[in-house]
Amino acid sequence: MSHVLSMIVEDKPGLLTRVAGLFARRGFNIESLAVGKSEIPGLSRITVVVDVEQGPLEQVTKQLNKLINVLKIVELDPSQTVEREHLLIKVKVDNTTRSQILEATNLFRARIVDVSTDALVIEVTGDTAKTQALLRVLEPYGIKEIAQSGLLAMGRGSKSITERIYKN
Amino acid sequence: MPTESKPVPTKPKATDSLVPPKKAAGAAKATSTAKTEILTGSGAILRSLENLGIKDVFGLPGGAIMPFYDELMSSTNIRHILVRHEQGAGHAAEGYASSTGKIGVAIATSGPGATNLVTAIADAHMDSVPLLAITGQVFSTSMGTDAFQEVDIVGIAMPITKHSFLVTRPEDIPATLAAAYLIATTGRPGPVLVDITKDAQQNSAPFVWPPAIDLPGYRPVMKAHGKQVQAAAKLIAEAKRPVLYVGGGVIRAEASEELFALAEKTGVPVVTTLMARGAFPDSHEQHLGMPGMHGTVPAVLALQEADVLIVLGARFDDRVTGKPSEFAPDATVIHVDVDPAEISKIRVADVPIVGDAKDVIADLTVAYAETVKKTTPDISAWWKRLNELKARFPLGYDEPEDGLLSPQYVIERIGQITGPEAIYAAGVGQHQMWAAQYIKYERPNAWLNSGGAGTMGYGVPAAMGAKVANPDRIVWAIDGDGCFQMTNQELATCTINDIPIKVAVINNSSLGMVRQWQTLFYNGRHSFTDLNTGHDTVMIPDFVKLAEAYGALGIRVTKKEEVDAAIKLANETNDRPVVIDFIVSADAMVWPMVPQGVGNSSVQYAREKAPEWEEE
Repeated sequence: MSHVLSMIVEDKPGLLTRVAGLFARRGFNIESLAVGKSEIPGLSRITVVVDVEQGPLEQVTKQLNKLINVLKIVELDPSQTVEREHLLIKVKVDNTTRSQILEATNLFRARIVDVSTDALVIEVTGDTAKTQALLRVLEPYGIKEIAQSGLLAMGRGSKSITERIYKN
Repeated sequence: MPTESKPVPTKPKATDSLVPPKKAAGAAKATSTAKTEILTGSGAILRSLENLGIKDVFGLPGGAIMPFYDELMSSTNIRHILVRHEQGAGHAAEGYASSTGKIGVAIATSGPGATNLVTAIADAHMDSVPLLAITGQVFSTSMGTDAFQEVDIVGIAMPITKHSFLVTRPEDIPATLAAAYLIATTGRPGPVLVDITKDAQQNSAPFVWPPAIDLPGYRPVMKAHGKQVQAAAKLIAEAKRPVLYVGGGVIRAEASEELFALAEKTGVPVVTTLMARGAFPDSHEQHLGMPGMHGTVPAVLALQEADVLIVLGARFDDRVTGKPSEFAPDATVIHVDVDPAEISKIRVADVPIVGDAKDVIADLTVAYAETVKKTTPDISAWWKRLNELKARFPLGYDEPEDGLLSPQYVIERIGQITGPEAIYAAGVGQHQMWAAQYIKYERPNAWLNSGGAGTMGYGVPAAMGAKVANPDRIVWAIDGDGCFQMTNQELATCTINDIPIKVAVINNSSLGMVRQWQTLFYNGRHSFTDLNTGHDTVMIPDFVKLAEAYGALGIRVTKKEEVDAAIKLANETNDRPVVIDFIVSADAMVWPMVPQGVGNSSVQYAREKAPEWEEE
């Protein structure tokens, strides 16, 4: 079962090695990873998707919490969370398929960001279900290349993770 | 709602200083007189260590740490012990720490100097020893270029430290060392590595003390939830077959007095793990001994048959539990640990209590006293059963059939003659188990060993470190002929620096524990375990001559009647180290034993001799 963990960490050298190393050392597989700045200078936000059972998830969460540079870990409940990932897809086109692909792109509210005679680069943003659906539609035309971001996730409502760091 | 996993940390009190109390005064003084003082990075390292109250350090210089060594030479507050191998510095710092509860400090240069510390750092990580490892690093401008003696020690040390720092600027040194000290010594103690580049040591910056320590992600939980303590007290009061399963955390938390009070108040039997030997007096009638693979039959079966386990600073190590799925099948588990990650890691805790053992145990005793006003605990049937086991399966050994000295006898006599005020450091293997079994410990910090990592060679340098910290105590290294050959070069350090330790080499001429397993589980095929140091061999090296070469007193003992005199002579010799080469039987085995990978009910009292209850 996949779980989405959102972590607030200090932006220190080697931080990613510490986090990734801990997953590897304890035998957990990272499905997706996204790292970027948070709204507080010096703090980064890491969104990790891991496929583990509940027991091991608690263990890895506790171990991550022991890392000195980790300030907060929250498991995000999918029903209360906005999730997005970002894909660039290079797909083969010719004169017969171009219009069909354009139509699919519009249906998915994706965008064409590069055009050449025999290929298009399509940009799509959405939750995993949407991006996977678009990939299935495009696959018969011949996907040449994919670049994919890690999943980004944020709890719905007015609360933020970082305000809870300092609440205690 | 998202679920939060971080335990609620206690707010640090405004009065909580990040430096030890007695040093805070010195630190304040340093601030007032030297607030704008400009120091080199090396000077800042030295001043920081002094302000943190460090009195002794162990190390060996090299290129990348030379600026600091130049500074260290002029220090009158810090004693530096020059070791002969950096691993010795690491284990000496561990022995220093484990025998006192204070931090131990080891210093090495970059590259191989740093990697030689790795085994000791890993050892400290497994056994929660407060260790500060300081390493020199190549110039920050050369890092990443495969410079001479460059290794990424921060990267190497990541999985085996509580935290590791790289310092490239002199102005960062005071805060980093103060943070390292804080992390190493608080919460669950552990090793911290501070890697300092040569340019950071050479360049200058204002020295500010006390420095501002910024560790927003480090908030160890110390005070437990009252509700959980109440629940635990109720469980203990209602239990029919309770056991106090005491681990090394009780020693690290300095909670022996509190444990004694809880045990006396409840009357519950106590077992002390390998790491906890001495946390509770062996002479106490409620003490059943050590549990685990080589535990006593009463201790092993008490855990196995318990209905409530009160686990204090222990972590369900596989050497204690045997096959975890068969461990203590009927027990409700109360688990007290300062590290939240230990709770429910191996065995699900029914009552999890995260907190400092010293406070939790004291609170538990109070809560129990309240609870028993309403209920009357009755564990008399349990004690009847345990007393039967104690009577039927006492620790014991047979004299070897080959007529050679019994290693258990030698170790037992060392303990009996030297007494509980001494410190005993062991290597790893058969002699370690016998030292855990046959020396009687009455106080914490008297027994030092490599429990989690099982590091052969720990004994001699750990004893050296312990002797430096406890010059008035007798310190014995109970070593094996295999272990001794890994780190005996520190005898030179001991002789030259007036550190008169005693070393008992339990010389069975082999890697004894491996040999025992080969005898039991590999059809007696003794593959590469003969060391040819003992009886009826070429005796290379000759340990008596080796001792003499190092300026130590060397004694060889081959007969039972020589044992006592040799131990007494060693205890009376304080002008140099002593090495006694006890030539013992290679066939002696460690019993009782639970073979690896099976449940603890399969404990064997001696070879082919499982306890009688199996036949019942």
